[in-house]
Amino acid sequence: MRRWLAGLSLIVAASPAMAQGPGGVRIGLTYAPGVKPGVLVALATGPMGDSASALIGRDLDFGDRVTVIVGSALAPATAQAKLPNYALLAKLGAAGLVQLELSLGRLRATVHDVGAQRVLDTLSVAVPGAGGTRAWRAAVHAAADEVERILTGTAGVARTRIAFVKGGRTWVVDSDGAFPEAVSDGSALSPAWRRDGGALTWSTLTNSGTRIQVKELGSGRLLGLVATPEGLNITPTFSADGSAIVYAHGRESGSDLWIAPVAGGDARRVTVGRGSDNTSPTVSPDGRRVAFTSGRAGRPDLYVADLDGTNTDALTDLGLDDDSYRSGPDWSGDGRAIAFGTRINGQFQVAVLSLRDRATRILTSEGKNEDPSWAPDGRHLVFTSNRTGHPELWVVDAESGRVRQLTRERGARLSAWSPRLPATP
Amino acid sequence: MPTSSTHRPLRTTLRAVGFLVATLAAACSKKPEIAPAPEAAPVAAAPAASATANPGTPAIDTAAERARRDAARVKARDDSVAAARMLASKTAAELRATLIGTVYFDYDRAELRDDTRAALDAKLLILQANPALRIRVQGHTDERGSDEYNLALGQRRAASIKRFFGDRGIDDRRIEVVSFGRERPAVSGEEDSARAKNRRAEFEILAGGEALAGPR
Repeated sequence: MRRWLAGLSLIVAASPAMAQGPGGVRIGLTYAPGVKPGVLVALATGPMGDSASALIGRDLDFGDRVTVIVGSALAPATAQAKLPNYALLAKLGAAGLVQLELSLGRLRATVHDVGAQRVLDTLSVAVPGAGGTRAWRAAVHAAADEVERILTGTAGVARTRIAFVKGGRTWVVDSDGAFPEAVSDGSALSPAWRRDGGALTWSTLTNSGTRIQVKELGSGRLLGLVATPEGLNITPTFSADGSAIVYAHGRESGSDLWIAPVAGGDARRVTVGRGSDNTSPTVSPDGRRVAFTSGRAGRPDLYVADLDGTNTDALTDLGLDDDSYRSGPDWSGDGRAIAFGTRINGQFQVAVLSLRDRATRILTSEGKNEDPSWAPDGRHLVFTSNRTGHPELWVVDAESGRVRQLTRERGARLSAWSPRLPATP
Repeated sequence: MPTSSTHRPLRTTLRAVGFLVATLAAACSKKPEIAPAPEAAPVAAAPAASATANPGTPAIDTAAERARRDAARVKARDDSVAAARMLASKTAAELRATLIGTVYFDYDRAELRDDTRAALDAKLLILQANPALRIRVQGHTDERGSDEYNLALGQRRAASIKRFFGDRGIDDRRIEVVSFGRERPAVSGEEDSARAKNRRAEFEILAGGEALAGPR
């Protein structure tokens, strides 16, 4: 085991596909399930080193897979210096050590397995621009995600952004709440990401109806979906390959899911709701299935169908009480679960349905909590909560239930978590 | 006895609308210049109304229930005759206020309540008397339920009003529908009284709203 890890330490950035090593040996710290290993993030050397350490420490903390111990002078900061005092680190409860060095526009990280008294892996990323700028923070977030992969076998989600609606406009904010940026005018609702993170789609509310728009984030190009120009056009989401939009369209007899090419062309109807409302589609990771909200049996509930409209099935046991209301499904990136809002005692709460055993877990209880959206790790969810007295975005770790407040915007809602984004914005 | 000249506009109106309410003659002989609002498919409308009143429970068609429905129908007709009579004497501004007056819905329902039907009857008479009039119906919901699903519910509310007018002979192209879901509440608050005011449809005049004429 030790020899094997030592051989690996020279690899600068192993691919995520190598989370399982040869023979099923797991890369990363060994630790008991359910116990978060302590990781000491040493203060980085170089200008803005403190900021980089703080950012990486916080990103690892938000990742909920390790317990972060920040900024001890006990560990030498660079890999070039003599080896860290592993025995002392172990006594302090650290199973892992992250050493950081910022110089000449690069951030170098050395990740140690304290128990094995070895370097697990190192990485080096370009950190452009002045400390604290958006590009600088993006690069440091990307480094933190890679450090988390080295430590745990699963990359973090710090280098992601979250789209949401506030005051009628679509905004995008970094995963840690930094750099909120408005990306739409007018009355936007229900933003959703393309799976490459390069575009958003949303519905825009006008005095004469709702329309679907698509915005390319690189070029800033905004285009409208014109396949169904009239009536209700809401809750858009991209198809898996990004070439089409699945959305709810209705005119004078309920609403159904439709699919239309982004590049233009005719829309095709997906669901046959016979006058009921069918909204809020979410496409499975393999692109073949769609889950959605439907009132076809009376109360709004969750259904799933093939994207050609066949094989429709209820996802949950139909709620028998009058208060039953399930809506806004979001399919996790690993395909295993669907998050949604469900009404309990008159209040919406965030719930997760496991597709393996159809078991439902309720993740929230304080205030009203709705419209969950999965992070690309299939573990964290962003949702809207009014627990502070105003609608704000919060993040919950579906495994531990730990929550953090993402926005302080008074009125943020309808959030959507991006895929992992490139280190350079 | 009414003269044939006073009967002709009434007959023309009825032919245009396309059907005759059985009890009309009695009303006509008293006030021939006023037409009650035509009642769309009365046979079909009654079960729909009772289904709305008791969602999920089968309608029990007892004699008492039939009598109650008949009484309600007679009352609705009398009300609409009275409404038409009242509208005939109104100014353009008053007619406009009647036309754009907000109507209300029950929770999570797009079916028309009795009071909503009565208000729509009056609007129908104004639409009939002003052929150039075009309106937009805006469907709204209260703040319960999801933001997204409520947009669909608002659309169904507006659409059910358009269907009410369409069933009574109003050209499809004269009524636009739009939903604002829970995005534009009339009043803020989460108490029942606020919610009742927000579950509504509003009416916007798109064209032909100048110098509205009353029914004659």
